Amino acid sequence: MKLLALLAVAVLVGLPWVVGSYLVTVMIFIFFYAYLGQAWNIVGGYAGQLSAGHAAFVGIGGYAAALLSARAGLSPWLGMWIGGALAAALGAVIGYLGFRFGLRGFYFVLLTVAFAEICRVVALNVDAVGGALGLYITFTGDPRQFQFQDNRVYYYIALVLMLAATALVWAIERHRFGAYLTAIRQDESACEALGVDTLRVKMLAMILSSFLTGIGGTFYAFYLFSLQPNAVFGIPLSVEIVIRPIVGGAGTVMGPLLGSFILSPLAEISRTYFAQGGWTGLHLIVYGVLLIAVVLFLPQGAYPALRRLVPRRPA
Amino acid sequence: MSLLEVSGLRKRFGGLVAVAGLDLSMTDGEMLGLIGPNGAGKTTVFNLLSGFLAPDGGEILFGGRSVVGLKPHEICRLGMARTFQIVRPFPQLSVLDNVKVAALARHPAMPAALEAARAVVERVGLGPRALSLASGLTLADRKRLELARALATEPALLLLDEVMAGLNATEIDAMVRLVSGINAGGISVLLIEHNMRAVMSLSHRIVVLSFGEKIAAGPPREVAADRRVIEAYLGEEYVHPAQA
Repeated sequence: MKLLALLAVAVLVGLPWVVGSYLVTVMIFIFFYAYLGQAWNIVGGYAGQLSAGHAAFVGIGGYAAALLSARAGLSPWLGMWIGGALAAALGAVIGYLGFRFGLRGFYFVLLTVAFAEICRVVALNVDAVGGALGLYITFTGDPRQFQFQDNRVYYYIALVLMLAATALVWAIERHRFGAYLTAIRQDESACEALGVDTLRVKMLAMILSSFLTGIGGTFYAFYLFSLQPNAVFGIPLSVEIVIRPIVGGAGTVMGPLLGSFILSPLAEISRTYFAQGGWTGLHLIVYGVLLIAVVLFLPQGAYPALRRLVPRRPA
Repeated sequence: MSLLEVSGLRKRFGGLVAVAGLDLSMTDGEMLGLIGPNGAGKTTVFNLLSGFLAPDGGEILFGGRSVVGLKPHEICRLGMARTFQIVRPFPQLSVLDNVKVAALARHPAMPAALEAARAVVERVGLGPRALSLASGLTLADRKRLELARALATEPALLLLDEVMAGLNATEIDAMVRLVSGINAGGISVLLIEHNMRAVMSLSHRIVVLSFGEKIAAGPPREVAADRRVIEAYLGEEYVHPAQA
């Protein structure tokens, strides 16, 4: 298993030197969405608190880093931490409102969506942050400004983000925090009776998850060079974040990665082909069908199903 | 020394008085049976003691310290652990992992918690099932698991809510031996139980609740002969004429 993981990483490191730039771009999106999915996985997968508003954290992080760079001349390499911290602060507010007042299931979903929508409407209407026009980042190609001439640099940054988040989740799973998260997902009252401060554990999960997602916002802004309120705070982005870990296996280390390797290329291919045929937006229907299929046939996601297929070596 | 000191405990749900000014006291090492007809307020008492419900009035002193207003996890860490009448295992976790979550309360490092959990799993006789998923256990094993988890939090006082319910005679005997062994090991036990044979043989003292009030208290033999107790359980007409 360890050998397999090392081999996979080695292949991914070497890949951009043998494939064309289109495939490099596709891979960047695979890594980036796997990263966002992994960040979501901490609170949505392990703790079982279904946030459907994670786009809010991408937006906050992206806007913070972009505005700090444009208005204050602060390098996005520093701004990304501030963006992450602001996203974590918003995560703490949403988490406290949801967890302290016992909003569970659909009610928590609605709360998170509502906050993302508030962010979207605010960003659309406040001209100081670009308003409906959004923010555009001037391309300078300066590495200190998180801008690179070579697409491959973005590739490696996205790869590091994905691997780092995955290593973090792997470590969480092996510590008390992770054991508590998994238990909370299954029965919160039982956890309380066993001495688990469930409010605190869920808050930590939400803050960590929103912080990581906020960091991702900086990558989003400086890779795409533009921030549009409807795109970056919108429900479609939240869905993109949630759907990968769910398809791959929420609450598993490999789920978000597997989900992204399945869905991101699918989205890219269907988007390109359907758009060529004039069927813009058809890829969303493909998503919908796939999600229904997963819920029906693989309710735990693809990774747990894959694990059952491959017999484990006897210890 | 007094381990648990409950005075004037009150709780009402709308128009229903579930617990009406209950006084209760337990000494260290004691096994106290809490019995009463269905709806007498026994489980409500457990929920009040363990912090799952807030009392409307009264005081709960545990080891000399008031636990009123504390959260369930804080009370657990002070050393009062409970089981649930309707067992609540983590269904997707193995027996060992279920108990490990509880052991983490006292052993924050994973290897130590795992070791402590293993010992508890063996102690309650679930050793052979340690790696089975909790969702696949029989009712008797689920009751053992419920007990094992509470035990793994290393309590001074264990609140057991009908751990015998639904078990057959052999399983009840095994559970009685287990609970008795736990108590002999120095852990005080407050026992809600409908199985009279079990509660009579286990308890040092018995408190009888009816409609939220204590109607009798004392050694098992005395309580079983008490006129008000028979009346509460069976109705007035069953009270033996000689006692009336």
